[in-house]
Amino acid sequence: MIELRIHGRGGQGAVLAGNILASALAHEGKHVVAIPSFGFERRGAPVASFLRFDEKEIRQFTNIYAPDCLLCIDPTVGRAVNIFDGIKDDAIWVQTTAKSLPELQFSEKIATVGLCDAVAIARDIYGRSITNTIMLGALARTTGYVSLAALRAAIEESAFRDAGLKQNLDALERGYQETVVHNIERRAAA
Amino acid sequence: MNAVLQPKPNYIVCDGNEAAAWAVSLAQVDMVAVYPITPQSSLVEYLAKFIADGRLGAEIVDVEGEHSVLSVLQGATLAGARTYTASCGPGLAFMFEPYMRTPGMRLPMVMTIVTRDTLTPQSVWGGHQDAMSVREVGWIQIYCENLQEILDTTIMAYRIAEHHDVMLPVNVCHDGNYLSFATGRVELPDAAEVAAFLGQRDVNWHVALDPDRPMAVDPLTGGAGGPGPALFVRYRKGQCQGMQNSLAVIEEVHADWARRFGRHHAPLVEAYRMDDAELALVTLGSMTGAAKDAVDEARARGQKVGLAKVKTYRPFPAKKLAEILAPVKAVAVVDRSVSFGWNCGPLYQDTLAALQASNIPAMSCIGGLAGADITITHFARVIEACAELAEKRSPVDTLWLNEHD
Repeated sequence: MIELRIHGRGGQGAVLAGNILASALAHEGKHVVAIPSFGFERRGAPVASFLRFDEKEIRQFTNIYAPDCLLCIDPTVGRAVNIFDGIKDDAIWVQTTAKSLPELQFSEKIATVGLCDAVAIARDIYGRSITNTIMLGALARTTGYVSLAALRAAIEESAFRDAGLKQNLDALERGYQETVVHNIERRAAA
Repeated sequence: MNAVLQPKPNYIVCDGNEAAAWAVSLAQVDMVAVYPITPQSSLVEYLAKFIADGRLGAEIVDVEGEHSVLSVLQGATLAGARTYTASCGPGLAFMFEPYMRTPGMRLPMVMTIVTRDTLTPQSVWGGHQDAMSVREVGWIQIYCENLQEILDTTIMAYRIAEHHDVMLPVNVCHDGNYLSFATGRVELPDAAEVAAFLGQRDVNWHVALDPDRPMAVDPLTGGAGGPGPALFVRYRKGQCQGMQNSLAVIEEVHADWARRFGRHHAPLVEAYRMDDAELALVTLGSMTGAAKDAVDEARARGQKVGLAKVKTYRPFPAKKLAEILAPVKAVAVVDRSVSFGWNCGPLYQDTLAALQASNIPAMSCIGGLAGADITITHFARVIEACAELAEKRSPVDTLWLNEHD
């Protein structure tokens, strides 16, 4: 079972990203459960969403405390909450940022980093920083958990229509193409 | 999660609220009355959308509050309609007067309670306290463990409610937040097969608002003289009998569902890894999945532990639960609500009553209040406490699982 935690801010679509990802994973025959965290979510406030997937049935409906992977769709939410809290050894971190790897601080447990300047891409595509589908592309590129084709299918079946649909498909594609993946030599292991 | 609603041929990826809305749509109800309240809101929003899209050919009444919701549906049921609503928490409280009247009139409505903790302290999150607060009002109450069970049970609820030996309203309860907003894969049954499973609605043969069959609906009875007392007792006993009849009907309906759709859900109580179990957990609702995982982990460590999940909570399946628990040395009951009268959980009290002929020691554990999580780690603590109880056999205090989270 893979446990994924999505961090973002209210209004960026972290919960929707979880649901689209759930749909895509289900299309690929995986068992999947996505659960949003519950708060008085309002625009700009830190939010989280949880997703598990596995080859076998998932029975627990609980939050995730020890994720295998972090998908962070906001560049600064890491200042407000410790996004690395509880992560497993050799975890994967997919982050939207304009910075390069040496400029970033992150947990010693991280073994793989995928960086994508989703805010710049989002401004380009939508004229505002809605980063969720871009970062799903970044997730697919970094982790290989899900195919780009399945994500495309999930977005096509969603409520997005016409221009909005095209924008989101472009966003997914650009997220995938413009992500840089780094394999970290684990400092803890050294 | 409006963006991922579209059905695939055999399954959809949706949340628990949408799964309930699909069930209502498949049951082809005639009348829906709604007043949104969190975490139920999206459920009735899905229904409004299904009706607007023409997927569900029902009347929808967007009323001014929950008291009117149920009053509208009482009239509709008396006129012969299959009806539905959903509510929770403060909404359920505001609905209480017509809620109390519905089972006495033997109206076979189905209402989802998207369970939520009660005020106050102020909170908007899940817990069973709202449904538990109305556990003695006369509605059948069935709790769901997962998304598929929500869809399947909501459809089955109509056949249970409308059975002529039952004729009682049913609450299908699913946990606020953890099930209402959890998204996963749900198999969709075929609409024609659901229609065949449910059969023709026949909901007002006994009491009706019908110009061709004029009658006084719910006239004054009772008192201490004349025919009143005997008449009142006849109604009350009949209502109690209907509740008891429902136990067999619930089993029969689940068996027929399994035959037709290939999915078997334990109708009253599910026994999980109870063969040779020495310790047993008793659970209710969505906590059960994590509890089963904790049982598996404990079994892997060599502990003989099993689990009994109560699905039908009202009427209480006392005989079934007692049978399942009979061989064990100790029982730990996990509630997502409290009984203020007894300083323990209400399911614990019910379990004690069911076990009264045995001398199995039992303990009450309370967790998951107001949206708190009950994880595998919490259940591991419950199993440890249960093992200790089996050893010492002396009464233990209520264990509050999230007290030090």
